[in-house]
Amino acid sequence: MNYEHLLSTRIQEVKPSGIRRFFDILEEMKDAISLGIGEPDFVTPWHIRDAGIYSLEKGFTKYTANAGMAELRREIASYLDRRFDLQYDFASQIVVTVGGSEGIDLALRCLLNPGDEAIIPVPSFVCYGPLASMAGGTPVYLQLKAENEFRLTAEELKSAITPRTKLLVLPFPCNPTGGIMEREDLEAIAQVLEGTEILILSDEIYAELTYGQHHVSPANLPQLHDRTIIVNGFSKSHAMTGWRMGYVCGPREIIQQMLKLHQFGIMSAPTMSQYAAVEAMRSGDGDIEKMRDEYDGRRRYLVEGLRRIGLPCFEPRGAFYVFPDIRGTGLSSDDFCERFLMEEKVAVISGAAFGPGGEGFVRCCYATSMRDISEALTRMDNFLTNLRKKQARQG
Amino acid sequence: MSKLLQLLEEDCTLTPEQLASMAGMSVEEVKAQIKKYEDDKVILGYKAIVDWDRTEREAVTALIEVRVTPQRGDGFDRVAERIYQYDEVESVYLMSGAYDLTVIISGRTLKEVAQFVGERLSTLEDVTGTATHFILHKYKEKHLIFEKQEQQAKEWIFS
Repeated sequence: MNYEHLLSTRIQEVKPSGIRRFFDILEEMKDAISLGIGEPDFVTPWHIRDAGIYSLEKGFTKYTANAGMAELRREIASYLDRRFDLQYDFASQIVVTVGGSEGIDLALRCLLNPGDEAIIPVPSFVCYGPLASMAGGTPVYLQLKAENEFRLTAEELKSAITPRTKLLVLPFPCNPTGGIMEREDLEAIAQVLEGTEILILSDEIYAELTYGQHHVSPANLPQLHDRTIIVNGFSKSHAMTGWRMGYVCGPREIIQQMLKLHQFGIMSAPTMSQYAAVEAMRSGDGDIEKMRDEYDGRRRYLVEGLRRIGLPCFEPRGAFYVFPDIRGTGLSSDDFCERFLMEEKVAVISGAAFGPGGEGFVRCCYATSMRDISEALTRMDNFLTNLRKKQARQG
Repeated sequence: MSKLLQLLEEDCTLTPEQLASMAGMSVEEVKAQIKKYEDDKVILGYKAIVDWDRTEREAVTALIEVRVTPQRGDGFDRVAERIYQYDEVESVYLMSGAYDLTVIISGRTLKEVAQFVGERLSTLEDVTGTATHFILHKYKEKHLIFEKQEQQAKEWIFS
């Protein structure tokens, strides 16, 4: 069979992630220290796991409502109000999805017509572009700058808008940069969007992980509220990556169309995960604070450590990544990561994997133990010292 | 300042440099503060939690309920002091409820513990009764779990 001929043009045009080769080396290397994985190192808090187990014991194993259990949607509505001052009607404005990723996919597929452009600030998580392409739209990558702490500025946005622009993705707090958008940044964005019909897809999966200031959603601004679709979930806030629990909320007319697609593609999110999520919403605020506190300590230590050994990095104020600038080493991001792994057995992720703007940077995840962070810093120091020596000899 | 205590209570092997970054203090401030905590007896000491069952060494731990007659003026303090002076005694707590003191002691053998209770503890003049419970197995202590936890296999997912 000539499969290439049979597969859709769209899927064949989606480039495979370049990171796979790096991960293949890693899998062989059993004793590597990893600042590479992008998920909490905590196990889901026990009371949440217990609620999932209890639902199985009771035999709650059937489908739920397509949009998710009403009880869960009520809890999500109350959580969003309590923690982010966001008001959504549980019955018509919230759909429970299989992780935040499904929510992103639903939104892009429900909004993009062929030729519609989706502005995607980069470096950012890798899924937006391929999913926008698969939905028939055209991703337009917009490079954010380190000197702006990787925020999106009004000027940058203006320069990317065309008559075909349908959607702006706002991936903040940002993986991999740790950058955030504050209220005044969003107000500037609102001014640019005023009078247009451009919608916002706000990926707020790291909303609970901000340090020193509270997360502000574009939906918190009255002038952006009606054009914003929020994607959020339990993976990062409650250390629940494997439960695959997310949700979307936004204007009723859009959410109801997303529900239609979710109903055909997914039916309903896993039932036991939904029961666990109810417990997370009801009694999990303390877990969030505890984990955030822990991440915050590691964040400060890693930032200070990287600066001490000579890698400049701006202070990340969200998510759990530090994004140091490695341009001073003279290596490309890919080379830096591969050589660092081979010579010192430490994994960090090449910034180039996160889109064009990421070249010259590497992503270090601090959702790992202090011991590993400390050891990784020592080895990074070694690596840089050896590299400078080699370069001096050659130069 | 309680941030520093909280960090040390969780892991006292953190270096002053690590503690400084994590608590948002300077290294000098951390060192000075720790010294003050030690001087003020806010920090009593630093110890490793050992699972002796994984070693060759035999160890027996017992929890003893002790009833005592409180003394005029000193209440329970004097008798508690007479008990905690023994090296074998790990912990002594004053309790509410059916008995007065909880004494935790460890020895190398059952006989050693029995001897301590019979000869030293119950013969104290203010002690009116004891009940000894031997600890058969430790599951968790100071938030640390004794059993080796099975870990989920690591998968390299790009997220």
